[in-house]
Amino acid sequence: MFNHILLQTPVPRDLPLDLPLPKEVLIVLLVFSFLLHILFVNLMVGGSILTLWSQIKGLKDKEYDTLAHEIAETITVNKSLAVVLGVAPLLSINTLYTVYFYSANALTGIFWISVIPLVTVAFLLTYAHKYSWKILENNKALHISMMGLSVAIFLFIPLIFLVNVNLMLFPEKWNTIEGFAHALTLPNVFPRYFHFLLASLGTTGLFIFWYFGRKSYDFDNHFTTLTRYEIRKKAYSLTFGASAAQFIIGPVVLLTLPTKGFSWHLIFTIGTGVIFALPAMYWIWKGITGKAEDIANNFWKVALTLGLTITFMGSGRHIYRATALAPHQKLVEAKTIAYEKEVKKATEEMKNAPAEKPASDNPGEAIFQAKCSACHAMDVKVVGPPIKEMVSIYKNDAKGLHDWILKPGKKRPDYPQMPALGLSEQEINDVANYILEQK
Amino acid sequence: MDFPIFHLDFMGDRLLIAIIAVLHVLINHGLAVGFIPLVTWIEYLGFKKGGKNAIVNNEWDQLAHRLMTVAFIITTTIGAMTGVGIWFASSLVNPASIGSLIRVFYGAWFVEWTVFVTEVVLILLYYLSWKRSLGSIEAKAKHIKLGAALSIFSWITMSIIVSILGFMMDTGSWVENKTFIAGFTNPIYIPQLAFRTPLAALMAGAIGLFLTKLFTKNGSSFQQDSSKKIALWMLLMLPFTLAGALAYYFKIPELMIGNLPVAVGTMDFQSWYDLLVKFIIGALTTVFLIAGTVYFKPKLKIPTIVYILPVIGMLGFAGIFERIREFIRKPYVIGNYMYSNTLRKEDYPLFKRDGVLAHATYSPVKEVTEENKLVAGEQVFMISCSRCHTTRGINSVVDKFENMYSLKAGEKLNGDLMKNYIKHIENARYFMPPFPGNEAELGALVEYIKHIQEDGTPIDHQATSMR
Ligand code: HEC
Ligand code: HEC
Repeated sequence: MFNHILLQTPVPRDLPLDLPLPKEVLIVLLVFSFLLHILFVNLMVGGSILTLWSQIKGLKDKEYDTLAHEIAETITVNKSLAVVLGVAPLLSINTLYTVYFYSANALTGIFWISVIPLVTVAFLLTYAHKYSWKILENNKALHISMMGLSVAIFLFIPLIFLVNVNLMLFPEKWNTIEGFAHALTLPNVFPRYFHFLLASLGTTGLFIFWYFGRKSYDFDNHFTTLTRYEIRKKAYSLTFGASAAQFIIGPVVLLTLPTKGFSWHLIFTIGTGVIFALPAMYWIWKGITGKAEDIANNFWKVALTLGLTITFMGSGRHIYRATALAPHQKLVEAKTIAYEKEVKKATEEMKNAPAEKPASDNPGEAIFQAKCSACHAMDVKVVGPPIKEMVSIYKNDAKGLHDWILKPGKKRPDYPQMPALGLSEQEINDVANYILEQK
Repeated sequence: MDFPIFHLDFMGDRLLIAIIAVLHVLINHGLAVGFIPLVTWIEYLGFKKGGKNAIVNNEWDQLAHRLMTVAFIITTTIGAMTGVGIWFASSLVNPASIGSLIRVFYGAWFVEWTVFVTEVVLILLYYLSWKRSLGSIEAKAKHIKLGAALSIFSWITMSIIVSILGFMMDTGSWVENKTFIAGFTNPIYIPQLAFRTPLAALMAGAIGLFLTKLFTKNGSSFQQDSSKKIALWMLLMLPFTLAGALAYYFKIPELMIGNLPVAVGTMDFQSWYDLLVKFIIGALTTVFLIAGTVYFKPKLKIPTIVYILPVIGMLGFAGIFERIREFIRKPYVIGNYMYSNTLRKEDYPLFKRDGVLAHATYSPVKEVTEENKLVAGEQVFMISCSRCHTTRGINSVVDKFENMYSLKAGEKLNGDLMKNYIKHIENARYFMPPFPGNEAELGALVEYIKHIQEDGTPIDHQATSMR
């Protein structure tokens, strides 16, 4: 099996520096900080989609325009947290999966870096949208298209990340993938994309349920016809629908993953996650179909169980990666060790090699070869004038030659400037003598 | 070289990082670290001027709020994203160096991250609770304390980053010890911090003064009063900035020498060094003149356009120091450990022995032959020159050679001369790392450069490793 991998797959070396913390600690940090990050990303993406939907609906029913405004207020907060919380998993993945992460980045280069300007634009648009609600009251088309554009960007960016996440898993593809568009065709990219979008909608549903249900939220000052119950019921239904759809998309995500990362451990972890989702679905269903005043009865239980589901799914995600990459990581490690040995050996050899005999017995000539010959030759112009010319200028002026070498000036208009070379006094005299000996 | 190589063959990879990084530093210094204390101070002045019946003086409070709006929107969009952008760009352009830095500085970065999260939470609270803070004296007093806390956290964020920047310039004893503390206590840390703190405050003052001119009614007494306060802020920061700049300035040559295997290239450095003095004098004098006029002659009518001068002056001033920082690092990305072609110094003997291609995982050829020499040459170029040069774009290697040999249009490059030059490249121009490969690879590189000179076909643009 190893041979098979060797033939197809590049095996690069890892950085020869120790991990900064024990591996297990880094893994825990990676998994948890990632979940925290993705939670706010979900709220940012889901919130934008719902704002757009609600504002379009608001063209007919003013109440929904207000709802859109209220949701929009949360996006700018959630997006700031999403970005700053992304730094910790970024650091951790850099450290744990150095070879895999950077290779995947490089293979999708332009798209990877375009995340930065694209997200910046999307963020600026969310502010412009939020702060121009009054000003653009009579130009809804323009106002809504701001949100539309920012939603479009938010819907595109996850694809870039998912392509990277996928490429990381498959070093065996690195030699054949040609850029982002090609990598999009990896079988697992789109299933995972829809998995993510559904998660965003589901999470945002729960968030809205909580946000508009808070006691401290001054509901009646914002809405006249819409009721708390209606909004909460809609939000719950969204979570219910999105989570139900996950029962279909989830298996597709799993089945489109190459089998190399499967293990009983993985199945067990994912399975546990699914089991926790079942009571949550039941409680939500009861909330939606039950009496209006009871809708929030099981909310914290729902949030907790779904939180556990997400934690198990996130861990499963890591387990798959760890299993899938383990054989390749072994090869990388072996290669790194062998390489470091060679480095040591070559360094020793160089130290012990009989001191390279200087290009000449004349110390001046040796210095000239090393320091000057890049730019000067005997009788042709290279970068600077030939030695012949130097001799003709300085044959009676050793001091002048010395001074020039110490601190070269700018003389010939059609030549570049000669840099000072930092030679010692002795070296300058040697090389000057050597030059003046040439006739 | 052990990552697929990302290369932007038009703009050059260094420019990509430079644009993102400089933008980030300017926003971080000018609109966060230095700006938030200024805003908090103005808010505090408004609070004190509130009088008997009001919680605040509205004019002052509104000015503080508007200044903060600008800072909030820019820092949480362009500021935050360029911060992430530095990681993204480095991971593409210099994976080996950023990867090594993260391994060494994971702890510092993690602490930095927690501080940074706190900073973001505080900035959200501070800005978004502004309206609510106008409800009562207590709420306002609390809000001002929040501003103070935010100021402190943004300063701490900067002070950690500075240590990392310092490390990249001068690894101190890290190369021997490879421990985290050794990296953190490197010798340039304190001078850098002493310089950046007042610099940030002064930049913020320049920006604040300009915005105040825009946000207040021309000729009003409030405009005069508020501008006067900001001018005072600038005048107070000025001597500290000057002292910090000078301390840093005198520390640089020491570093330069420590950083260079042979003390070459002093002249290239000298011209930058001279330019630096001009910038220090020019920018600080501009700031002094304008802040001084606003402070001592508040009634004098100065056109808005003049207020831009200190802003430009300070941006240029900060920019040139960033440039110098880059300059000192060369030919290393991590002083004495990794060259800026991202090859480790200690790997060179191996490369000299076996050649670089033999150890380049992603190179399709491992050894130079007569048939493959252009492909091999392209690989050698990508490995040893492409982090700083393009083939035909900005800082093109062909142009560099043509200019250096003062070739006339149509004249061809001479392979033997180029070979001899590249062999001694680190002696000719100290900022370039030594050529890593063997004789055959040198030959292939030269053939490749001649080939692009002749038929002008550069490599596949943004090609990652060539296949
Ligand atoms: C990077 C290329 C470069 C290197 C390396 C270099 N030189 Fe020069 N040298 C030049 C150039 C270019 C000129 C012409 C400068 C001018 O006229 O402005 C020059 C001019 C000279 C001159 C003529 C001065 C005169 O008065 O016209 C002398 C002598 C000289 N170099 C000696 C040396 C010596 C000795 C070394 C080695 C220690 C050396 N150079 C290394 C580029 C170089
Ligand atoms: C650390 C980045 C770096 C690397 C790596 C590098 N260079 Fe340079 N090189 C520079 C800079 C910076 C300049 C000066 C550009 C300028 O301002 O004109 C330069 C200038 C040159 C010049 C013109 C020198 C002169 O005296 O005018 C040549 C020729 C050159 N490089 C060739 C190469 C070749 C060939 C390689 C690969 C073996 C290489 N460089 C690798 C940064 C680099």
